[in-house]
Amino acid sequence: MDRIALFAAGFISLALALNGSLTTPALAARKGYSARLGLALGLSAGLLGSVLGAVASAALWPDRSGLLVAGSLLGGLGALAAVWSRLPDRARRDAPLPEGEALRRNIQARHLRGTIARTLYLGAIVIALVALATLLWTIANKSFGLVAVQYDVEPDALLLNGEPTGRPLDELSEHELEQILAQNVREALLRRFILESVLAAPQADWPQLSPAPVAEALAGRAYPEDLADRPLNELTSAEAAHLINANMDRDDLEELIFERVINPTIVASWPLWDALMRRDEINTRAAESYPQAELQWRSWISRDFLSGALDPRRADVTGVRPAIIGSLLVILIAIAFAFPVGVGAALYLEEYARDNTFNRIIQTNISNLAGVPSIIYGMLGLAIFVRALEPLTSGQAFGASTANGRTVLSAGLTLALLILPLIIINAQEAVRAVPNSLRQASYGLGATQWQTIWHHVLPYAMPGILTGTILSVSRAFGETAPLILVGGATYLTRDPDGPFSIFTALPLIIFRWTTLPQDEFRNAAAAAIVVLLVLLLTMNSFAIILRNRLSRRLIS
Amino acid sequence: MDNQAVIAETKLWNQDTARRRTAPGGFERKPRRGESVIQGFLFICGALTIFTTLAIVFVLGRESLLLVTSKYVTEAGAVHTISLFDFVNTTEWQPHRFKVGIAPLVSATLMSSAIAMLVALPLGLGAAIFLSEYASPRVRSILKPILEVLAGVPTVVYGFFALQFMTPLLQSLFGRSTVEIFNVASAGAVMGIMILPLVASMSEDALSAVPRSLREAAFGLGSTRLETTTRVVLPAALSGIAAAVIIAISRAIGETMIMAIAAGARPNLTANPFESAWTMTGYIASISGGDLAYDTLDYNSIFMVGLLLFLMTLGLNILSRAFVARFREVYD
Repeated sequence: MDRIALFAAGFISLALALNGSLTTPALAARKGYSARLGLALGLSAGLLGSVLGAVASAALWPDRSGLLVAGSLLGGLGALAAVWSRLPDRARRDAPLPEGEALRRNIQARHLRGTIARTLYLGAIVIALVALATLLWTIANKSFGLVAVQYDVEPDALLLNGEPTGRPLDELSEHELEQILAQNVREALLRRFILESVLAAPQADWPQLSPAPVAEALAGRAYPEDLADRPLNELTSAEAAHLINANMDRDDLEELIFERVINPTIVASWPLWDALMRRDEINTRAAESYPQAELQWRSWISRDFLSGALDPRRADVTGVRPAIIGSLLVILIAIAFAFPVGVGAALYLEEYARDNTFNRIIQTNISNLAGVPSIIYGMLGLAIFVRALEPLTSGQAFGASTANGRTVLSAGLTLALLILPLIIINAQEAVRAVPNSLRQASYGLGATQWQTIWHHVLPYAMPGILTGTILSVSRAFGETAPLILVGGATYLTRDPDGPFSIFTALPLIIFRWTTLPQDEFRNAAAAAIVVLLVLLLTMNSFAIILRNRLSRRLIS
Repeated sequence: MDNQAVIAETKLWNQDTARRRTAPGGFERKPRRGESVIQGFLFICGALTIFTTLAIVFVLGRESLLLVTSKYVTEAGAVHTISLFDFVNTTEWQPHRFKVGIAPLVSATLMSSAIAMLVALPLGLGAAIFLSEYASPRVRSILKPILEVLAGVPTVVYGFFALQFMTPLLQSLFGRSTVEIFNVASAGAVMGIMILPLVASMSEDALSAVPRSLREAAFGLGSTRLETTTRVVLPAALSGIAAAVIIAISRAIGETMIMAIAAGARPNLTANPFESAWTMTGYIASISGGDLAYDTLDYNSIFMVGLLLFLMTLGLNILSRAFVARFREVYD
């Protein structure tokens, strides 16, 4: 049997039962029965009729799922109609208004209906709250959980003088760590560590650097004197390890060994709920599929996640720092542009504009703009800021070297256009709420219109304006669609550092990671969502605190 | 003379100073250039919003026009043109193959919006009635901010929610073979949750705006709370509620991220909500994901879709405002 048909039939029965319970009590009361009896009748007629109808049609035509739905609908409606029409009349028809016992029954029935409706309304709220709770839970569920970690070499199996150390890394001395490097890693790899981790040289320079003598390649850095003339690519393991140690403190050395020699990789992950409720199953599955791996608890939100760079391939080592910085830069530019213009427009409309056609058009236009989908603003940004104004937004006119207009500046201006109508509408309300007596007092003392606005209207309206602005900005902070259109990157090798650098943003990263096939990236996406929500929450509570502070000061 | 009149007079007086040399009382007055400059600047701020609208219309219109007037040359050397007629006349959407029947995108958009409204309308209206008619002020002061939290969650988070929670839920209810991983039903249902607070708060505003005296009168005639709500308050607030519903539909049509994440990416003219389908917004978002080359068919086609989207939402917004203006019951 088709499950969809079953669900549809079930839904119909519920709806009919509900309908019966709402309509039948009053009917029963009018005909002289107790309202509760009516409730029971209506409820059971709707439910039973539709279920019986469904069962009957399923029995008669076993392979027609559509008939199941029709059967339940017909059966339920028929049963309800039968109850309504066949319920014998016990009350006297000729009495124009109910009295005595009949009146009591009538009132009881109406109150019963009221209670049912009230429960339904409450139910709507409860469902909304449950949806919010589920949303938060889904995110938390993915941000924490179990992971199966696999090592290239077990940490305590690293060889020290031919034997496994048997101790964790952080108990080893610096000298022992150097020994481990020398004895566990091939020469070629160690030389590569020197180029990568000590010199941080770009890969293009490696062919030049590796035959160079140590003194030349490591100019300005620490190296043992006796190695000065040896070419880099002829160092032995012990020498290379010594060289690395000379340039690193103990913690960096330990990190190098941990990341490059032990190299933990996450091969599987389980969300929080599964990890708590089905631990045994996970244990057996992990033991079967990844016998080398070790199960660990992991919080996907961590300090490394917040401060780390983006990694397009590995969800377990990626960070979100460039995205956070990008989001903040973009939003700063949006505020810098939209706040003054928005407040200016609000002041014009509230304080200066006379009631003529042009000003009415502006007003209507603003409310229409507020309803334009954000993706349209993205297309506007793409055509105007990214493409038409490319020399300006790429910064080439100012000597920057970005290749095209897909920059922080373009994104910021696009978001500014997006939030401008919201800021104007909020600011207008705040300015409108300023009492006229304030303006009159100012005019009465001889102030000009602008003096009145600047010294009296604006300070009084400022809490409202700021609150509205922050709320609009927090909406822009979570916007993704316009940024996709404007060409935000989902991977950056370095942080965005100014208006003319290419950019990425937190919502963009979340979008990208959510749609990647590897499941681990969904964990990273959940962690990024937590970061985003925390930032938004901070912004909003800041708005509330600001409003309370300023308004208390001004009104008292 | 009431306050408004005084203010209006003062305004006029201030605005005319530049022209009038002598103020009442015989004082010599200087023309205030600074004031005019500031007023001019503020006017430009206001007029900028007009430019935004004009720019949107110009950009969308121009690129759409390019789509139907350009000649596209394939690698094989064949020359294709696209006629405006193709959009409504054909039902296949594959711009890179010069097939631009827009029906699949529009049908998916309408279907997802309908599903969203099925979720948001009863729940939002129920929540609004509870908040405005039943809840005590204390309960309302707790519940309203919680609903606002739901409204403040970024849509990309709802997309994640649709893919991670709603789709598996639908799959476990209806079976994995029926429900595709990316499907319109899941995206639509989550979109319904997203616009629920919008419907709830706008309807609640409309309900609260009905004067108390109307309710008192109904209670005085012996109505129960439910009868007062359904027979007195709801009809009085109907224009506001209708406006809320129309705005919600417009929001649903324009919603992008949930669709781009959870509804899938293939043009699909179907009535089955459990299949994946490209909505208009989903198409725009997924096509422009990479570096979209300018003046290609794909580039122009997103503006064409965008133009249609803009016209649809604009029409709905205007309709909503017209509703309020035409049917609002004014009580004083």
